[in-house]
This record gives sequence, structure tokens and C-alpha cells, in this order.
Amino acid sequence: MAEARLQEGIAPARLDPADYAKNFSDLHPPFDRHEALVESDRCYFCYDAPCMNACPTSIDIPLFIREISTGNPEGAAATIFSQNILGGMCARVCPTEQLCEEACVREEAEGKPVKIGLLQRYATDIAMDRNLQFFTRRESSGKHIAVVGAGPAGLACAHRLALHGHRVTIYDGRSKPGGLNEYGIASYKSVDGFAQAEVDYVTAIGGINIEQGKLLGQDFSLAALADSYDAVFLGIGLGGVNALRAEGEDAPGVDNAVDFIAELRQATDLSKLPVGRRVVVIGGGMTAVDAAVQSKLLGAEEVTLVYRRGKAQMNASEFEQDLAAAKGVTIRHWLAPKRVIVQFGTVTGIELSYMQLRDGTLTATDATTVIACDQVFKAIGQTLASDGEGVELAGGKIAVDREGRTSNPKVWAGGDCATGGDDLTVTAVAEGRDAAESINRMLIGL
Amino acid sequence: MADIRNTFVGIKSPNPFWLASAPPTDKAYNVERAFKAGWGGVVWKTLGEEGPPVVNVNGPRYGAIWGADRRLLGLNNIELITDRDLYKNLTEIKQVKKNWPDRAMIVSIMVPCEEESWKAILPLVEATEADGIELNFGCPHGMSERGMGAAVGQVPEYIEMVVRWCKQYSRMPVITKLTPNIADIRKPARAAKHGGTDAVSLINTINSITSVNLDTFSPEPSIDGRGSHGGYCGPAVKPIALSMVSEIARDPDTYGLPISGIGGVTTWRDAAEFLALGAGNVQVCTAAMTYGFKIVEEMISGLSNWMDSKGHRTLDDFAGRAVRNVTDWQYLNLNYISKARIDQDLCIKCGRCHIACEDTSHQAIMKEKDGRRHFEVMDDECVGCNLCVNVCPVDDCITMETLPVGAIDERTGRIVNGQYANWTTHPNNPARKEVIEPAE
Ligand SMILES: Cc1cc2nc3c(=O)[nH]c(=O)nc-3n(C[C@H](O)[C@H](O)[C@H](O)COP(=O)(O)OP(=O)(O)OC[C@H]3O[C@@H](n4cnc5c(N)ncnc54)[C@H](O)[C@@H]3O)c2cc1C
Ligand SMILES: Cc1cc2nc3c(=O)[nH]c(=O)nc-3n(C[C@H](O)[C@H](O)[C@H](O)COP(=O)(O)O)c2cc1C
Ligand code: SF4
Repeated sequence: MAEARLQEGIAPARLDPADYAKNFSDLHPPFDRHEALVESDRCYFCYDAPCMNACPTSIDIPLFIREISTGNPEGAAATIFSQNILGGMCARVCPTEQLCEEACVREEAEGKPVKIGLLQRYATDIAMDRNLQFFTRRESSGKHIAVVGAGPAGLACAHRLALHGHRVTIYDGRSKPGGLNEYGIASYKSVDGFAQAEVDYVTAIGGINIEQGKLLGQDFSLAALADSYDAVFLGIGLGGVNALRAEGEDAPGVDNAVDFIAELRQATDLSKLPVGRRVVVIGGGMTAVDAAVQSKLLGAEEVTLVYRRGKAQMNASEFEQDLAAAKGVTIRHWLAPKRVIVQFGTVTGIELSYMQLRDGTLTATDATTVIACDQVFKAIGQTLASDGEGVELAGGKIAVDREGRTSNPKVWAGGDCATGGDDLTVTAVAEGRDAAESINRMLIGL
Repeated sequence: MADIRNTFVGIKSPNPFWLASAPPTDKAYNVERAFKAGWGGVVWKTLGEEGPPVVNVNGPRYGAIWGADRRLLGLNNIELITDRDLYKNLTEIKQVKKNWPDRAMIVSIMVPCEEESWKAILPLVEATEADGIELNFGCPHGMSERGMGAAVGQVPEYIEMVVRWCKQYSRMPVITKLTPNIADIRKPARAAKHGGTDAVSLINTINSITSVNLDTFSPEPSIDGRGSHGGYCGPAVKPIALSMVSEIARDPDTYGLPISGIGGVTTWRDAAEFLALGAGNVQVCTAAMTYGFKIVEEMISGLSNWMDSKGHRTLDDFAGRAVRNVTDWQYLNLNYISKARIDQDLCIKCGRCHIACEDTSHQAIMKEKDGRRHFEVMDDECVGCNLCVNVCPVDDCITMETLPVGAIDERTGRIVNGQYANWTTHPNNPARKEVIEPAE
């Protein structure tokens, strides 16, 4: 047994070295050819397929599955990428149980949808492994567009703009491109440096230049960009984190879940990454589940996910909740943080209020409970880390119309930072792509 | 990128995928949708004589058989030729051709076997500016009772006569569509050639009854308790069609006569096989009627990706490449020996190969080794028949391995000598010859 397994406090090396690799390997191992053929044969090739309508990027799912089933995975990949150039990442991270697979008629028929995500991965992996490129750029338009943020929204937008013959410069504040694909997605969903490989695959179309370490609002202003480029697309995601508004939340040992996950994604040696023996995660979404599960996989003995409402209101899908439970995370509902208990300068527990709905509003009761812990992760939502620099906001996000246009006629926005749609990778791709089409229409005067 | 543009008897289309004359091509609405979806050409649903059109039954027209998961394998129909007015069809044909000048527009015709009838309809069709005509000598039900369709197609002399009229009274290329309901498909093909046809197309549908209702004892499809034999098509008829196409492709009398391959074409692979066996293009009906027009996208992409992977730049690069490999049984090499091999890594241990060989063939697959479930071929029993390969549900798990020269066939104890030997000189052949006759 690893020495540090039961060490109190926040400590690294809680596991035997071999267990790290095992715990952080692929969540769903990819299909081999036989599995792909058997699974593809299950598709009914529905007319006006419900799965296709449930996909935010509207991939022609029956067509690509039929292409797989006839031994034409390259054609399948072309079908996928023509709608969603990040189809490889989406195949890994999409909550398919809430999207395409939920809509599959086989879900209705026998409760076992066709495994669309895994089939999508099968086809896109083949194409990306062989670096098959399916798109050639149109003749140069002479136009130059600035994209801020190299996350899924920014990359999808840049690719589509490049396809139309425009030149694109992407500015991104981090040291690596990919946005949350690189810094946020749970490590067991995107293994072996896939996020960077995908950035290379997407930018191979040409005409896209990425400048890392360039922050909007610090290194340049939106007004300056709008002046010197033909158009600007903002895909800056949500860089801020909501506060708990509980006593003691600044104590050492209370961390942002997204920072923990980013650190984990960038770690070259997971055994050096410290984690509490007892961890409490506050929140009910994907980030909360990912932080809880990965704490557990790093060797935390007890991990409790605490959510202020009930199971049905959790943003994390049923599948994600089950995954957490299967990995040994305890999920507790109707509890909200009241006070972080700090002794000798470190966290020793958290006091929680029991919550209830009173006339439809969530209210704390007088009853409380204490969970002993040495680390607390906050995962109660991300916020826009910008004041919008002059473009109008709505509900804390950049206000856009259906094409991604902001209040500034030269500026578009999409992905998590913009209004509309769920905060998902695939939604960001769809919004980035559609904004590019809108920009293109404006530039060529349609 | 492979170039899949097609030229068939001088008619150009962007790809070799045409829709066969049938409901998908019965009116402008459908054909417009088909062209939008990407089909290279259509053969318009068969036109009949001027006057009141034929009528169809008002009950079910189709019967079917299905594979696992209710995948449609064979379709049968009792539909007649178009039941719409001749002039309405002609007007639509003209308009659609005008809208889609780069697509092939062929008009299928079936009128009584009289010179006047053909003489009357040909100029009307020619006036539409369609690219060519197809003579429907194939319809096996209904129309044949009236002396048309298969009733003509089964008499080579009639075929020759009608083709000659068509060449005489029209400048359009003539494609003669053959019925498979005949003992030797070469005879109608030769007759069509003698009459001067530009091409043949085959197959039309096959006489069939798909099933019998065991409650009412009516054949399906059942019209008020009775049924009639219908025309069979779809994936199930592909092997029959391929064989008939190959017969015409390798017959010295019809060698080089352009063939439009029809029958069960469902995926790009089927199409490529028809082309390799001598067809100049393919026509599709059932696959489109099963899945809609979108399947052509898969066909286009699959064919061109396969061509790219093989280095074929144009359709001509592989056209007819399989024809020379079709021969008579008596010329097959009896000294060629192969054995089945089971890939243990791929084997899912379903045991179907074992039970097939054990119950019905040569008892050549063991089911157990060292007390564990294990399937392996015993070379001393395997005759190399390939049955296990065909029943295995895992692609490529069982393959046939050719024994190299010098190896011993453990079943017979003989050494593989690498020399060609066929039935023509075999000692067991009562009519054996002295000198071996090779395949042509
Ligand atoms: C922990 C976690 C797990 C998730 N798991 C999933 C999942 O499994 N499946 C799923 O579909 N979705 C998941 N999501 C959501 C998904 O990651 C996001 O919806 C998606 O990444 C949004 O894409 P985006 O391009 O809008 O923003 P981001 O991916 O956030 O990218 C924004 C980019 O902009 C850059 N940037 C920000 N501000 C500036 C600035 N001022 N100047 C220059 N550059 C800037 C950032 O460096 C970043 O590269 C998860 C999110 C989190 C936080
Ligand atoms: C409902 C139906 C109607 C058909 N009508 C015609 C017709 O009017 N004229 C004709 O030449 N062939 C007709 N056919 C035959 C088809 O054109 C084609 O030769 C046959 O279906 C085989 O091709 P497939 O296996 O792709 O279906 C018909 C087939 C079907 C299923
Ligand atoms: S090839 Fe025929 S004889 Fe040989 S193992 Fe297979 S089924 Fe048996």
C-alpha cells in the first residue's frame, strides 16, 4: 500500500505508482473494427433522424454510420467533420446520453441506443491517425479576422473562416491552445494529448495563426482589434468562478475545482499532485462531478459531493452521477455550505445547512450538519471574466443573436461566454461555426 | 480524388449511379428530388401507349423478406407500368431534363408488339430531348398477360424485331432491358444485338411469391384473399444479376456490348462489383425505395475512396477487370488447395463454424482444447469448402489460406505441386482428353 494513502491533510502520492495509469486511462475504450461493424449495423438509418436533430452541430449521423457499416470510415469522418470539425473531441466528451443517444429510436425500442459517440470516435480516429484532410480552402479573400480564445468555439470559427478563404489570427491568454479541451475536460475522457493533436488537425487547413499568451483587456483592447481587423470573434469562455459566500472560504484548503482540474490535466506526474484525504465538492454540474471523481481517482479516501437541491435538478447527467457513484463518490442533496471550519490555519470540516423549497424558493432551514474534511472544492459555476469591453451583456454573458452577432457590428461571440445554448463543447463548436458563416456573409456582402 | 464521371452509350452523367425505371422515377417530383440528392441519371418509369393509362390494384403491391433485425433483403411487387397520362409524363420529362442538363434522362417504353405502336410513341419521346430510351421487355406480371414486357422478352425474335423498329424510327440510343425469367440470358442479349441495340440492361424482376399467409392461405401481397406472382428485386437478387451480366460480358457474340447493371445494387461495393464484371454503369431501385435517395452519397463517397485506395483514376481503369476471371467449372484448377484458418484473437467463440462443419460438412473443426472452449481447424479433415468462413459472424476471423507449393495436404497426403490441372484431363472423367484444355 502507498505510504501516503491515509495521511491526514492534503498530500501527494496516495496511490501505488501503477494505479495512476490505470485510474486515468480511457473511460470508454475505443471500438475495434468488429465492434464498430456490429454496432453500426444496429442503426436503422431513420428518415429525418431524431439523433441528428438532437446534435447541436447537426451531424448526419445515419449517413456516417451507414458509411462505417459499408467499410468506408473515411467517408464517415468526412461526413462528421463537415458539420463539426471538433468531432473527435465531441465523440469523447459529449453527454450523448442527453443528446444524440437519448434521441436514438433504439433507446425508445429497447433502452439501448446505438453507441453513436463511440462510432463517431471510431471514424474520426481513423481519419486523424492517418491525417486525412477533407477540406481545401477557397481562394484568398484578402480579409483578416481576429478570434479571441482558442477553445472549441474559437477553433471551430477559425476553421470555417479559413475554409472560406479568410485569414485568421487567434489570440489566447493561456500558454496552450484548446481552451477547456486542454485545461478542463476530465483526463479520462481525453487521453494521450488528444486536445493538442486536434488543434494541429484543425489548423492544418492553413491560414490560421495562433498567438498564445495574449490577453484581451490586458495586452490589447477590443476597440483596437475591431479597428485593425475586418471582424472579431470572441470565444473567451468563462474565466471567473462564483464565490460560495460562506464564512472561511478563503482558508487554505478551499480551492476552485476548475483550477484543480487544470493542474491535473497539465501534470506530467500525477503522483506529485496533492489531494485531501477527505474531500468535499460543492456543486451539481459536470465540473463538480469531474472534480469529485478525479479526487477519488487520485486516492482521496472519502469524497462527498454536496448539492443544494435534489437529484433531478442536478446539471450533471444521470450517467455522470452514476459514474461518480461507481467511482465511490458519495452524493448528498439539499445541503448548502454555511461555514468552512478552520483549525490551526487549515480546513478540518465544513458546516452545511439543510435546504428546502419554501413556496418555490430555496431556503436554508435551521438544521445543520458537519462533514469532516481537509479539502473543499468550489464548483458552483463559472462567470464571464470580462466586462464585455463595450459590447452589451445579458444575464452575465455577452448578448448575441442567433447568428452570434453582438451589439458591436464588427464583433461576434459564441461558446460559453455568449448567451444561448448549453455550456458544452459541442454547443461551442456549433456557435463558433455559425458565427463564422455569419461573418463570411457580411464580408462577401451577401 | 478519383474521377467517377460516366459515359454510357455516349450519354454522360456525373456518376455511374442511375435510378432504375420504377416508382422512384414515376414523376417530376421524385426525379427532381433524386437529382438534388446527387443521382447521376434516371430511367423514367415505363411509359405505355397513348390513351387511358393502365390501372394498378388498390391494395398492397409489395411483399418482402427480411434478414435479422428486419433488414429488407428482397422485395416483390405487382405494380404495372406508369398509371399516369402519357402527355403529362412527356411534359415533365422535358422540363426535368431542361432543369438538369448534366444528368442522364432515359425514357423507358413498353407498347404492344406492333410496328405502328412503336412508330407512334418514338417521336413523342424524342421531342422531350431525353438522352435515350430503354425498352422494357422485362415486367413479369400483369403486362406480360397482355403480350408485353416479359412476354416479348422471352421470345428473342420479338426482341430483335422491336429493337430494329426503334433504331429505324428514332435517333436515340436504345437500351434493351432484359428479363431474367428465361433459361439462357445470352439468347435475348444476342437478339437485341442483332436488332442493333446500343446496350442491354439487366435484370428486371424475377417471378416470385414472397410468402403465404398461413391464416388465410393467400400468397402475399394479398388482394382480397388472392395473390399473383410478382417481380422480385433487392439485395437477394444481386447474385443472379451478377451472373447474368457476366454471361453476356463474356459471350463471344455479345462481347463488348455495353451493359447497364441492375439488380440488388445497395452500396458502393455492389456497384463496383457490377462494373468489374462488365457493366458500364448501374441502376438502382429497391435500395432507394428502402432508404430514400440519400444513399447515393454513401455510394459516391465509397466508390471514390475505394478507387483512390486502389489507384484507379477513372471508372475505365477497372471496368470489366473481373470478366476474364469468370470461366467454366471444368477449367478450375484442381491442384489449388486451401484450408480454413481461425484467428484466435478475433474469435468470439460463438461456435457456429464448428456446428456447421460438424453437422453438415466434414467434421473438421474441433470445439475444445485442453478442456476449454476452443475452435480450430483440423487440416487432415478440411476440404477447404469455405462454409465456416461464410457462417462466421466476425469479419475476417476465419480466412482461407492457400497451401504453398511443396506443402503436404494432410487430408490426402499429397504434395502441392503448383501445376495447373483441371477436369478435362482428370482420370475420373469418362470423357477426359489427352492434352489439358486451359481456360480461355
Ligand atoms: C471541468 C469542466 C468539465 C467539462 N466537461 C465537459 C464535458 O465532459 N463535455 C462537454 O460537452 N462539456 C464539458 N465542459 C464544458 C466545455 O468545456 C465548455 O462548454 C467549452 O469548452 C466551451 O468552449 P469555449 O470555446 O466557449 O470556451 P473555453 O473552452 O473556455 O475556451 C476559452 C478560451 O479563451 C481563452 N481566453 C479567455 N479569456 C481570454 C482573454 N481575455 N484573452 C484571450 N484569451 C482568453 C482561454 O484561454 C481559452 O483558451 C466542461 C467544463 C468544465 C469547466
Ligand atoms: C414497384 C416496382 C415497379 C417497377 N416498375 C418497373 C417499370 O415500370 N419498368 C421497368 O423497366 N422496371 C420496373 N421495375 C424493375 C426495376 O426497374 C429493376 O429492374 C428491379 O427492381 C431490380 O433492381 P433493384 O434490385 O435495384 O430493385 C419495377 C420494380 C419495382 C420494385
Ligand atoms: S473450409 Fe469447409 S471443411 Fe474446412 S473447416 Fe471450413 S467448413 Fe469445414
